[in-house]
Amino acid sequence: MNAISTYKDRNFIAVIGDEDSVTGLLLAGVGHVDGANKNFLVVDSKTPLSKIEEAFIEFTKRKDIAIILINQHIAEYIRQLVDDYDQAFPTILEIPSKDHPYDPEKDSVLKRVQRLFGE
Amino acid sequence: MSGNQRLNIFPTRMALTLMKTKLKGAQTGHSLLKRKSEALTKRFRTIVHKIEEAKHKMSKIMQTASFSLVEVAYIAGSDINYQVQESVKSAQFRVRTKQENVSGVMLPAFECYTEGANAFELTGLGRGGQQIQKCKETYVKAVETLVELASLQTAFVILDEVIKMTNRRVNAIEYIIIPRIENTIKYIISELDEQDLQGKKKRDQQAADKERADVSGEISQYAQPVDLLETSDDNDIIF
Repeated sequence: MNAISTYKDRNFIAVIGDEDSVTGLLLAGVGHVDGANKNFLVVDSKTPLSKIEEAFIEFTKRKDIAIILINQHIAEYIRQLVDDYDQAFPTILEIPSKDHPYDPEKDSVLKRVQRLFGE
Repeated sequence: MSGNQRLNIFPTRMALTLMKTKLKGAQTGHSLLKRKSEALTKRFRTIVHKIEEAKHKMSKIMQTASFSLVEVAYIAGSDINYQVQESVKSAQFRVRTKQENVSGVMLPAFECYTEGANAFELTGLGRGGQQIQKCKETYVKAVETLVELASLQTAFVILDEVIKMTNRRVNAIEYIIIPRIENTIKYIISELDEQDLQGKKKRDQQAADKERADVSGEISQYAQPVDLLETSDDNDIIF
């Protein structure tokens, strides 16, 4: 089955988030730096949109990433990209950040759930 | 309408048997696929429920985790962020995927494992080391929850896809393939009936023709008896 090869080597968790979220998750040990390749991106108010998009697309294309964690308020910036993403691997997970509470209404997966059940 | 088409086939008895077998096969396939789709949908609904629960749980856990990070920043100073980001080398917290089989669909599930040493043992050596370790533990737990949620979400995406595909097949068989085969069977039967009827007519006709031919033949045999002496002129032969 070719499905096995698509997720056999996926070991890492990538993070796109604000400084605090990234620090916390790195502290848990998810970070992996391989030369110039990092699996995390710190986004602050000065980060250009194009850089977030670029990082998001790069992470989705990498073959060693199983899960992408992205702060919900950052996912909001690139909402179109996140909503259009429909691959099973890597999985995209929207997480709350310290300054922005979690809103289930905006989550792309929960939106799909609601659309499916017609609520 | 595409549903009313029939297969392009020559109406023979053999084709009729073939079509009947095909119809039976299609019906079996339809019921099997339908059952598969139902089993998957059931599973799907449980997963959706679990996702909703996990999402709420996640927001609580992340809240606690952020709070513990604030404690760390308070004690160890705010430059801890840079220290952590710069000391990242290799991932200690990793995931691997294993599979679970649900009605013939491979659903992946993530599983966490740790590899290598803790890269942050010396972080916060000056002050706040204990807080940092505590915060790390909180975050490890949070990430475990996130991983769980991620596997649910992956299962959701894959199941969604498979259910759609199965339903498409069920509907295709129900509304396209079975009516088409039924139409073909009807067509073959009507054609065969027609052939029978025509054959019968032809046979009757032939029989009638033959009878007539026989009767007329008999008459003509007896109508002109050949008498050599009477018909031919008997000319004299002069030497």
